[in-house]
Parts: sequence; structure tokens; C-alpha cells
Amino acid sequence: MPKIKIPRKSTWQDMTAMCDVAFLLLTFFILTSNMVQVEAVKVAIPSSISEIKILETNIVKILIDPQGKIFYEIDGQEHRMNLLKKMGEQYNVTFTDKELREFSIVPSFGVPMSAMKSYLAIKAEDRSNKENLLGIPCDSTDNQLKYWIGMSLAVNPKILISIKADQSTPFPVIKKVFGTLQDLKQNRFNLITSLEENPIR
Amino acid sequence: MAEINTDKGGGKKHSKKPKGKKMSTRIDLTPMVDLGFLLITFFMLATTLIKPQTMEISMPSKDKVPEEEQSKIKASKAITIILAKDDSIYYYFGTRENDIDPEVIVSNFGPTGIRQVLLDRNASVMAKVAQLRKEKSAKNLTDEDFSKQLSLIKADDQAPIVVIKSTDNGTYKNMVDILDEMNICNIGRYAIVDITAFDKELIQNRKK
Repeated sequence: MPKIKIPRKSTWQDMTAMCDVAFLLLTFFILTSNMVQVEAVKVAIPSSISEIKILETNIVKILIDPQGKIFYEIDGQEHRMNLLKKMGEQYNVTFTDKELREFSIVPSFGVPMSAMKSYLAIKAEDRSNKENLLGIPCDSTDNQLKYWIGMSLAVNPKILISIKADQSTPFPVIKKVFGTLQDLKQNRFNLITSLEENPIR
Repeated sequence: MAEINTDKGGGKKHSKKPKGKKMSTRIDLTPMVDLGFLLITFFMLATTLIKPQTMEISMPSKDKVPEEEQSKIKASKAITIILAKDDSIYYYFGTRENDIDPEVIVSNFGPTGIRQVLLDRNASVMAKVAQLRKEKSAKNLTDEDFSKQLSLIKADDQAPIVVIKSTDNGTYKNMVDILDEMNICNIGRYAIVDITAFDKELIQNRKK
């Protein structure tokens, strides 16, 4: 019986098409997505039917965590440096150039002015440790948040104020922040929410 | 790699002239594909597709307005909503008149709760908005005209005025939800106000 010879075929696969697909997907993801921003605290934002998109630049974010601690975020390195300089003048703290530069790359922070110097001295990866997340004081006796916002407006008058708070933040804290904004005559501001479908329509 | 050499070898023996080795112009693209997918993975993990939305709100100014310039709202048009603990809502219409307290009713955030109340009260505005939307979908209106007319309808004198108050037990989610209801029910005139002793008293009396 003759042996049946199976012709050996090449296993070579043309990868060009696959390569095209991979890079097409890559292009899609680069164009449609935006970078995850590192924030001092993670907050679960509530949802609303509002469809207005948030602006990326000239924005101040007031982050409020479930315990009611307040964090602050402002975009623009230049603005951040000027802001800290002004805050230092207000609270009689002089910051060195190194500290100012360090502050300009901190995305969001939440420390009282008295702890600012030591906060800037520690390593960047230690800043998100629990003991360093103190929150900005916003009481009637020591309302530092008011100065932060006021100074931010002086540094960049085009700034838009937005509040990003956790769902379970108790109302008294929200009232305190709203009151602070009203004191500054900033009666229009934005609440950052995620999208939810309108039940009626 | 991706290819198994099927050439039996020894082919060169038959050729007489030592030809220069013919190089294949095919390039193995497998590493490039690997690289592509690696980058996709990185971008999927390091980015988000969701762009956050924002809800614009205007708070009443804290400046003192002289008594004669204050616009008095008709008590009959007012709805007071009080956010309480565990996502519950109290609401009442109007205010105390002739020493008779308004009845405080308990509600919730469900579709049959406060939304139904607001929709019933705001029925005429809702009908007008629905009409306007119909016109817009028939392409008789530009976006600009639409929003202009929408705000006109919302500013109707006969529409209810909602006063939002919260007890200390309310949460931020409750507040955003109630503001959302204002948008859903097309209520143009609403304000977030501090809770008063009168409101607390009303809730207290109700519980008894």
C-alpha cells in the first residue's frame, strides 16, 4: 500500500491585516479617551440627566469626600505657583522656589496652610497616605477654602468653579461650601455628575 | 517563530552557479502586532471613555435686598420640599395661613413619588414643553430658538415655585437628585434655602 503523502504546507500567516486592526483600534482609543486624572481622593459622583460637558481648562475643582474633607484642584502650573505665592502672603508663610515648583506639579491637595510646608517636603507617593489627607478647613472661624477660591479668582479671572462631591457627603458640609461660594459672590457654579437617562421624553 | 521551515534543504546542491541568496521581502509582522495590542491594553487601562457631565446651578445671592424690592411669591404657588434622612422627602404646599398649618406629606425619589407631584402641579408647562419638542423634532425650530422659548415657558407666572430645604441628615446625592427632578419636570423657578425652625416644627408635629 502506497503511503499517502500529505503535502507539508507553510504555517506562515500574513500578519499585516492583524497589525492594521491593532493599530486602528489603538488610534480609536487614543482619540476617544482621556487620561485618568489622579485625584487626592476617590469620590463616587451622583448621576443626573444634565448633558453639559465639563470644560478641561480654566477650572477649579472642589473635591469633597464622604467624611466631608475638602480637597482643591486648579489647572495650570503657572496659576498654581502664583496661587501658592499669594496664599503664602496671606498666611505669612514664605515658600522657596523649590517648594513652589513642587506645588505646581501637585494635581490636587487638601492640607491646611500650616501643614503646607511639610506636605510639600514629603515624597509624592506618600502624599496620598491617610495621615496626609487632612482636608482644607472651611469653618466660620478658619475658612481657608474661601481664600483659596478668592485667590484663584485673582490669579485667573476666567476660572469656572465646579464641585465634585461624593454621593454620601452629608448635607451640612455641602451647605458650608455653598455658603462660602455665596460669600464670594460666586452664585453660579457647576456640580460634576455622571450621565443618567431622562426618564421622561 | 510563526513559520516552520518546510524547505527540505539541499536544494542548493543542484544549482550550478552559486547565486546570491534571494532574501524574502516578507517581514514577520508578529512583533508589531504584539506591540500594537500592548499599547491598546495600556491605553484602555490608563484612560477613561466617560467624560463627566456638569449640572449648572445658581444660588440666590446673599446680598440683602430691601424689603420693597423683594418679589413676594404667591403662597399658593409654592411647594416646599424638605430632604430628610434615608432618602425620604417631606413636602407641603403654601405656608401657614390663618393659623392653619399646611399638611406635610411624605414622599420618595421613586417615579411615583415627588416626580408625580411636581408633574401634576406643573402640567401646563409640561404640555407646552412637549409641544415645543414636537415642533423641534419636525425641524421647525433651531436649537437657539428652542432654548429661548424653553426658558420663556419655564418662566411662566402660573408655574409652581419650588423651595428646596434639607435637614442635616440629607446627603449630596439627595440634593443632586432633587435638582435633577427640577430639570425633568421643567421647573424653572426653584431655590435651595436653609431650613427654618418653622419647617422643623412642621415635621416634628407630623411625627406625633
